[in-house]
Order: sequence, then structure tokens, then C-alpha cells
Amino acid sequence: MPGMSRKAVVALAASASIALLATACTGQSSSGANDDASKDQTINFWHAWSAPSEVKAVKTLVAGFEKAHPNIHVNIVANMTDDKINQALRTGGDKAPDVISSFTTNNVGKFCSSGALVDLNPFFKKADIDPETTFPKAMNEYTQFDGNRCSVPLLGDAYGLYYNKTASKKAGITSPPKTWSEFETDAKKLTITKGDSYSQLGFMPDYHGWESTTEHYFGQFSPTYFDSSGKSNIAKDPAFTAGFTLQKKLVDELGGFKKLETYRSKLGDEWGDKHPFHTGQVAMQMDGEWRLGMAEDTKPDFEIGVAPLPVPDDQADQYGKGYITGTIAGIAATSKKQNAAWELVKYMTTNTDAVVGFANDIHNVPSTLAALKSPKLKYDPRFKTFLDIAANPNSTTTPASINGGTYLVTLQQFGYDYESGKTKDLKAGLESTAKQIDTDIAQAK
Amino acid sequence: MSTVTLASKRRRSALRTLAFMSPWLIGFGVFFAYPMISTVYFSFMHYDGFKPPTWSGTKNWTYVFENYPLFWPALRNTLWLVVVMVSLRVAFGLGVGLLITKIKTGTGVFRTLFYLPYLAPPVAATMAFAFLLNPGTGPVNSILEKVGIPAPGWFNDPAWSKPALTLLALWGIGDLMVIFMAALLDVPKEQYEAAELDGASAWQRFRFVTLPNISPIVMFAVVTGVIAAMQSYTQPLIAGKVASGVIQGAGTQFEPGYPDKSTLTLPQLVYNLGFQRFDYGSACVVALVLFVLSMVFTAFLMRRRGGLIQAGD
Repeated sequence: MPGMSRKAVVALAASASIALLATACTGQSSSGANDDASKDQTINFWHAWSAPSEVKAVKTLVAGFEKAHPNIHVNIVANMTDDKINQALRTGGDKAPDVISSFTTNNVGKFCSSGALVDLNPFFKKADIDPETTFPKAMNEYTQFDGNRCSVPLLGDAYGLYYNKTASKKAGITSPPKTWSEFETDAKKLTITKGDSYSQLGFMPDYHGWESTTEHYFGQFSPTYFDSSGKSNIAKDPAFTAGFTLQKKLVDELGGFKKLETYRSKLGDEWGDKHPFHTGQVAMQMDGEWRLGMAEDTKPDFEIGVAPLPVPDDQADQYGKGYITGTIAGIAATSKKQNAAWELVKYMTTNTDAVVGFANDIHNVPSTLAALKSPKLKYDPRFKTFLDIAANPNSTTTPASINGGTYLVTLQQFGYDYESGKTKDLKAGLESTAKQIDTDIAQAK
Repeated sequence: MSTVTLASKRRRSALRTLAFMSPWLIGFGVFFAYPMISTVYFSFMHYDGFKPPTWSGTKNWTYVFENYPLFWPALRNTLWLVVVMVSLRVAFGLGVGLLITKIKTGTGVFRTLFYLPYLAPPVAATMAFAFLLNPGTGPVNSILEKVGIPAPGWFNDPAWSKPALTLLALWGIGDLMVIFMAALLDVPKEQYEAAELDGASAWQRFRFVTLPNISPIVMFAVVTGVIAAMQSYTQPLIAGKVASGVIQGAGTQFEPGYPDKSTLTLPQLVYNLGFQRFDYGSACVVALVLFVLSMVFTAFLMRRRGGLIQAGD
């Protein structure tokens, strides 16, 4: 049936074209923020917290908002990863989120550049709130990309050093290390070998050692990830060479990559009770402010000390700084209730009492300068270390990029190759990694 | 009979044929033709799911083949799994099937023992294997060390991670075992009797009686095995994540292929590029590579089937 098959081909091609055009038209964001925030309505709020205490804290936070805004009801959806959020932001619809909260700042660049979340600059202007004076410097930085402020800090995370005070005293260490040289000496002093393994390791330097990722190490070196033209700067900024050299030195001096990796495979996981810092198997740990509560909950048989992470010897005057990241909130571009959504975002992120209450419940660092100073903030005296790191002007973060955290994953991949000895030439490795980062960014544009 | 009546009859007949074919046609269009055309179309477009797609020519193809550092390791791993894992699975499945059809007592127990692991959900089975093969605390290495055999690093060692995945695949051999058992029990007994009368050895009986009779089933096992191996996703992903020691948090970046990209497969790249980096164009390129490879393998196997399948099969 030649006639029929030609018709069938035409019909198929036409259907395919229509379908493709239809596909091409989906996912476009609407920018209209002309909804009436004073009318009775329900908005969807998706967040990533999942522990029962955290979910309860979010409900308390939202209850406070609903009390202040009786016409806006909030439908809360917990335990949402960035993957799920990203899909929903593309899909839209009644059940899609109006407001989202993500655990990572790595995706801010992607959220902003793709138009997934709306630019909040006009909302801040309308509410007469200056983000520069409201949020700590690093947090203000990591919530925007290319002048587009598509997210707001919603509690922060600061990285510091946890150390086993009891083991340190036994090893003759009287105070936490302030420079990486001191840290190196202490880590060796705290390492007790047992056969071809350890009974206590001073520090797990491997990039797979939970929070000892490249960006957390480099945070202490105040690096510049991109130059003014947006090209990767990792091969040019000596901070990266110094960071990789330090980490590799620690790996080699504490037993070598293979021995450390074998020991690591025997240890408990990051979020469980058997975390090696809790059990005393690792004496020093690079970690966020949440570790204090988690460690104390397991009732360890040693005293926990908390301090800022060390700094390079030539930056000793900047001791006290740290790497800052945190949770962010934003408004979906597909939302038809953006003004109502803004009311929720504004309340959660700028109302001092709300921010303080939430920080108290979640044991995270408050994300506004006013909340950091609030007398209502309740914390263990050791927790103040993290508040100080968050407020420290020398503290650093990682910049937003058009393809999200891809550049950090690429850098980390190079870190694995370098620490394991697979790549020996640091300079050449950094150059090819920089080239890869630039290529990935060009591909995303 | 007038030409008008003839034409109308033909039209009615064509419509009736199409009506009967429509369930298949709709299924083919919705589940194959449209996705396939879309995949080819998007492989030449820059599309992130938000802004309208824009023509990018061969940029995605160049990126995947020349500039995406994970593509070649993923392709090599996938091919390794296709060749080694499928061969071993077919050989082991056939071996177990033969063993169970030959033994006189306890066949029910053995059938159950070999079939049960197949029912375990892939995620749970992989996590159990990661626990068993943990180089530091796993019981397998404890036993190996006790008997003086050097203990491998399994999922923590790039040289052993794929063999460990193969072990996991062999453990879940239940599906193939059942298929082979059914085929083996179908081999006419008189052929074995005739071969025995001719003085054929056990190997000769297997080579010249069993194998020719079950060759279509071997072909089925190989082709479906190749397609399944090309789609390896869950087990390598879970094994890599569990062994890396980092439990993925809500905001944790995807770090595929631990250790040292050795558990990376092409389907993982499709997910990584498409649903984490939202580079749909490049994801489509990898998906097309997978499709073409599956077609090439299947065509190659079907051309070779003459050696395996006898006339009349």
C-alpha cells in the first residue's frame, strides 16, 4: 500500500512535529508576580529536612507564619532532594512547589541561570530590605548568580574542627592547632598504629573521609575559583596548589592512601551513631556545626573540643575563618502565587525571631546578622565557635556557577586522582582540570 | 463491478487492517517512534528543560565523545559487563541448571536456594553484598584471611569492583536457572540413549545432544543478558555509593563511579547528564550510543545464531 504508507509517514511526521513543538514549549517560566497575597489561598512548600525533630521544627516555623498571615495556608512537603525539586520546578502544576528549600548552595547558579527560581531582587526592593546589610557576607554571596538573586539564605552551615580533648591531653596537646603545620604535628601525635592499621587515627585526610572534601579544605586558603572573565582560576591561584599539597602531605604522613582507605572502609557511616569521631577511632574531624549535637547524643567517653579549622601558616592572622554554606530558599518560576510565596520566604529568612527559633530547633547557624546577635539564641558555649566563623568577614564560600556544582565535582575527581597517586604532576593536573571546568561551563551556556 | 465499488472495498479493507493494527501502531508510536525521534532531535539541541531548545549542531556529540571525561570509562565498563558478566551468567546458569536436573535427591531444596536470591530487590541485594564484601569488616574477607588467601578490596578497589558486581549477578542467577532447567528437561531422552549406545562420553553428549537442543534458549539468554548488561544502573550505583562511605544527603553532589570511575555505566551518565546537569542534549547522545550498541550486539549475535541454532528451531 504505497499510498497509505506515504500518508502514514506524513501523519507520523506531522504528529512528531506537533509533539516536539509541544515539548519545546513546556517548562517555560511565567514571571507574573501580580497575584493578590491578601486573599485566602494555599501554597506548597517543599523542603529537604527528613529527621523527625527537623520536620517538627519546620512545622513550628510555618505555624508561626500562618499565625502572622491567617489567609495564607502552607502545604508542607518534607524530604525533597534537589533532583526531585529540579524535576518539579520544570513540571509545574498545582502540586508543584511554590516555595522550595534546598540543602545545598551548589545548585544556586543553575537555579538562577535556568530561570527555575524567580529573581528576588524586586521583592526585596518592594519590601525595603537590603540583603547586603541583612545577611552575612558569604551567605549573601552564595545566594545569587550574575546579579540574579534567585535564593535567600535559610540557616547556614559553618565548618570547624572537632577534636578529642581527652586524647589530645594524653598526647600532650594543650590547645587546638591554629595553623596547618601545627595541625600536621598534632595529627601525627594523635595517630596510634596497631599492626597494619590504627587503634586511633589523628585525622582522616582522604577526600572520601566524609566532610573532608576539596572545597572544605580550600575554604581555609581563601581561594578564587574563577577569574574576572569567568574562567577557572584553579591553575593560577596558588591557594589550590597549597590546598592539594597539604592534603597529599597529610595522606602520605598519616599512613599512605591505601592504608587510610582500608581503615576508612572499616568505619561507620557519616550520619550514624558509629561515626568514627563519636567512637574515638578518629581524633580530629573537619565538620559542620551539626556534628556537636550528633556526637553528644551518642554520649562519647571523651570530652569534645571545638575550634575553627587551621589556616595556612602565612595567614595566621586570619585564624577564625571557615567555609560557609547552608540551606537556601527560593520561589518557583512556575508558581502562580509568587507574592504569597514571597511572604513565606520573607518571614522564614528575615524575621529575626523566626530565624532564631528555627536555628535553635535545628541546631544550625542563623542566617541573618540580627539573628546571629539575638539574645534569644540558645546554644552550647562550644557552638559559639560556629557563630563566630559565620560572622567572620574572612570566611569563604564557593561561588555559584551556571552549571551548579559541576566544577566542584570535577575538582574533587582530580583530588581523588592526586591523593591516590594516579596523577603525580599537580601543575599539569590543575591545568587540565581548569580546562575541563571551562569546557563544562561552555557546554552549559 | 464498477471501479468505485472496488476502490471503496479496498479502502474499507485498509481501514479494517489499520483498525486491527491500531493497538500496536499506537504503542509503537508512543513508546518507540516518538521517543526515538525526540532523542535524535534533542541530541542536536541545547535544552535545559526551561528555556526553549536551541539548535546546537554537533556540539553535544563533540562534547560527549571528546570533552566529557566520564564517557569513555563508562563505555569501557559497560562493555566489560556485557562481555564478562553475560558470559559468566550464561555459563553459570547453564551449569546450575544441568546440576539440578542431574541430581537425584534434594532438587527442590537446591532449586529454592538458587532461585530465592533472584527475588531479592536489587538495592537490598547490592547493600547486602557491599556488607559481605566490605574489605575491613565483611565476613568474606575475614574467612579469606583466616585461610591465608590475600583478601581483595572488592567494591573499594577499582580492579575488583566489576568482578564483585559479577559475583552479585551470579548470586541472582535464579531466572536463568529456571529457563535452562525447563529447556534441559525438554531434551528428548532417546537422543541421549542413542548417543550412549554409540559410546559418546559425557562431554560429547553435552556437546552434540544437549547444546544443539537448547541452543535457542542459550541465544535468548545471551541476547537478553546483553541488553540487561547494557542497562546496568542500580547495582553499580548503589555499590559505589555504599562503598564510598558517604551516605548521599539531600544536597550532596552526585559522585558517580566509585572507586576511580570503575562502577560507572552508560545509563548512569544518561541520568547524570539529563536529570542532574539538565543537559538533555548530551544525555540524548549517550542514550543513542546505548541504543546503537544494543542494536549492533543483537545484530551480531543474530548473524552468529547459525552456529547455535539448528535448522527448524
